[in-house]
Amino acid sequence: MAVGKEIRTQIGSIKNTQKITSAMQLVAASKMRKAQDRMGATRPYAERILEVIGHLAYANPEYNHLYLDERDVKRVGYIVVSTDRGLCGGLNANLFKKVVAELGAHHGNGVEVDLAVIGSKAIGFFRSFGGNVVATAGQVGDQPTVADLIGSVKVMMDAYEEGKIDRLHVVFNRFVNTMTQQPTVQQLLPLPKEEQSDLSTSMGTHWDYIYEPDAREVLDALLVRYVESLVYQSVVENLACEQAARMVAMKAATDNAGELIEGLELVYNKARQAAITQEISEIVGGAAAL
Amino acid sequence: MIIASGDLGDLGITPGHAPLITSLKPGPVRLVFENGEDELFFVSGGFLEVIPSQVTILADTAERAENLDEAAALHAQDEAKRLLDEQQSEFEYSRAAVELAEAVARLRVIDQLRRRRA
Repeated sequence: MAVGKEIRTQIGSIKNTQKITSAMQLVAASKMRKAQDRMGATRPYAERILEVIGHLAYANPEYNHLYLDERDVKRVGYIVVSTDRGLCGGLNANLFKKVVAELGAHHGNGVEVDLAVIGSKAIGFFRSFGGNVVATAGQVGDQPTVADLIGSVKVMMDAYEEGKIDRLHVVFNRFVNTMTQQPTVQQLLPLPKEEQSDLSTSMGTHWDYIYEPDAREVLDALLVRYVESLVYQSVVENLACEQAARMVAMKAATDNAGELIEGLELVYNKARQAAITQEISEIVGGAAAL
Repeated sequence: MIIASGDLGDLGITPGHAPLITSLKPGPVRLVFENGEDELFFVSGGFLEVIPSQVTILADTAERAENLDEAAALHAQDEAKRLLDEQQSEFEYSRAAVELAEAVARLRVIDQLRRRRA
């Protein structure tokens, strides 16, 4: 009985897709756990260095480092951190929307923008969207090392030191929890001052650290480390976001496939039943005619 | 009290220390608690910040002294020495020098721990 053959093949193909999406969901779930661990492992360092840098902005070093200077903003740099792969819901789209909004705002003020992009998705996006991309880093993988990122970070820091850009931001997805990822713009340079710390109240405004070996050496090393560690942290955090977003997206896809299959099976069974009924009535009708 | 190995030599931080930032070289970091107990760590370099209320150590890597592997450190030391002798390119040379310093510092920490136990 060849009833609803098309429907049966359609159900079959949806089932295959469902298998793939549910497998991807499981993979993303286990990868997310690892990515979350990695994020948790580096977070304390990033938070502490941010704190130290925040204190530093309040001190009065005898050596005025370039990174501490507020300058008139004529050109800004953005480091955009995206994923390498798709199928992770609106994660990248939301991030790019945020970047595009920032670009628009700067454009309105006559400020030019340089971009350093990390992740294949951002490379692809800005290739078609336009924008002055000065550095790229793609395929950083699931376990990025600082060495993978250092190139594009260096380009931006050099540009800042040479005065080509007057401000540097990093854009990435902040991991709030599995369901929520927050596109975030964080200012790296010049150093953001920590909001009214208790340090400045207890120490007054005129104090400074003792620097060993000397201010220049320590600050140079520390500030470079600060930028690198924050960019690394944002990449790691973005990776955790990617896996979380993919897990949620794939779960939704699997659920949707299940619903589709249910609907199609209902249609198929109805058609089958109608065919049987029709056949019976034909037989009965035929018998009555004899 | 905290005893760490700064770039300019070992330093001890007691409460009330003036604000300070220093870079650290590979070596031991010892925390002495108020009750006299102490903990020993190996730090492969980084920074140390002192402000009136707290001390922050930004370590590149840190390990508890008890978890250090003496055999591995010895091996690393020999390996680094061999590389230094081989007169390689400048990059290789400085890398080997860094590795040697780290291995020697590890051994120093292990030694320190052993002496205190004895």
